[in-house]
Amino acid sequence: MMKFLYLIGKISISFFNSFGLLVKFSLICISHCFRPPIYVHSIFKQMVEIGFYSLPVVGLTAIFSGMVLALQSHTGFSRFNAESAVANVVVLSITRELGPVLAGLMVAGRVGASMAAEIGTMRVTEQIDALSTLSTNPYKYLIVPRIIAGVTVLPILVIIADIIGVFGGYIVGIFKLDFNPNVYLSNTIDFVEPLDVISGLVKASVFGLIISLMGCFHGFHSKGGAQGVGISTTNAVVSASILILTANYIITEIFFSI
Amino acid sequence: MTNNKIQLINIHKNFNNKEVLKGLDLEIIPGESLVIIGGSGTGKSVLIKCILGIMTPDKGEILIDGKNILNLKDYKRSIINQKIGMLFQNAALFDSLMVWENVSFGLMQSNKMNRDEAKGTALKVLKKVGLNEKVSALYPSELSGGMQKRVGLARAIANSPEIIFFDEPTTGLDPIMADVINDLIIECVKDQGITALSITHDMNSARKISDRIAMLHEGRIVWSGRPNEIDNSKNQYVVQFINGNASGPIKMQI
Repeated sequence: MMKFLYLIGKISISFFNSFGLLVKFSLICISHCFRPPIYVHSIFKQMVEIGFYSLPVVGLTAIFSGMVLALQSHTGFSRFNAESAVANVVVLSITRELGPVLAGLMVAGRVGASMAAEIGTMRVTEQIDALSTLSTNPYKYLIVPRIIAGVTVLPILVIIADIIGVFGGYIVGIFKLDFNPNVYLSNTIDFVEPLDVISGLVKASVFGLIISLMGCFHGFHSKGGAQGVGISTTNAVVSASILILTANYIITEIFFSI
Repeated sequence: MTNNKIQLINIHKNFNNKEVLKGLDLEIIPGESLVIIGGSGTGKSVLIKCILGIMTPDKGEILIDGKNILNLKDYKRSIINQKIGMLFQNAALFDSLMVWENVSFGLMQSNKMNRDEAKGTALKVLKKVGLNEKVSALYPSELSGGMQKRVGLARAIANSPEIIFFDEPTTGLDPIMADVINDLIIECVKDQGITALSITHDMNSARKISDRIAMLHEGRIVWSGRPNEIDNSKNQYVVQFINGNASGPIKMQI
């Protein structure tokens, strides 16, 4: 019994310790985002890394999701003679949920892992210590550009994912399900409201913050050589993915609960 | 006011209830090259990291030029760090930057030097450590261990520091390359009157580059003297360490 209580106590202390460390790290990083110097060149470099190089994976995910969504919703709605709702379902699902969530998860896998691995390697090879000795704040130089880039680029990626996803549904609707192109487009445009798109973009910004924070946090606290960097990379992707799904529910609740 | 360049007073540092530094006192006068020797895990690297501000001691004072540098705000700390150069054990060069960018990093970041000027200075410093212009355009991963150490040394001296720290400068190098690095250290440090603190296991290096050698054991300095005094020392820790005996007062954890 005592062993069991000891174990619970140990796990709890470890959890709160990590949580406290994460909160402290996040506050330090966010406060540095608003204080000069800001490394503009590094921000643009990270924007290209996060945004431009994620375009293929996000685009492919979005187009196939849109296509599958059109097929599946047609299968379901045809049972109630409500096939005309396919365009509405596709555009709503993509803009509100699938666009931001799938882009977030894909970027978490690609960029979150890369951030954790890069910063983690810098940590275990003393490159971060070297930055400090060269009078350069590692938070400002390494982390702030990644956070600013993540928060600003994810919404742009999601806009592109939304367009490609809706286009995927359109292709299936027109060429496979024999919808009239004009009717499909008017159903899409008439049904979507600004709030649907805005909620998706807000989600994207929050997901960008989560991905960059998790990648940098786990990388920054890497220890123990190559194995430690591997663990950090895994933790960065897993924690970012879970937090994205959790934040997605909370933001949806805030925007659409009324 | 003290005449010491660096002074450590009663420094304590714990890790998970293990006391690594136990009231360490140390003084280094301007222009002196002090080498600290000692077994693995005795707190040599922790000592340097405490002075550099990478770690904070639990107790004690660290004075540079007579001023306590602990608990300084970031910008004041960075001003202190501009006086300091550091050669890390594995050089710790930035993978994503070319050799010349590594060398001139401090010049561009803290001195706000423009890229062209910084590159010119980097090439001059690289020449000083025996590396040519061709090497300056390579990335650290394309260099051998010895060349990486030279670049690390070039980066450490590029900012014309008043103090330099060397963490195991010859570890992992063949004896000839180790001696080349020792000569470079002497040339860069002794000849320019820079205050240097080195930590090493390499007794040849310690004898060659130091004005004074101190032995660290169990978180305290247990012996200190001139390089020519170490071989005649009666201190049991020193005798065991320099002769590399497994038996003696120093117990290694196996």
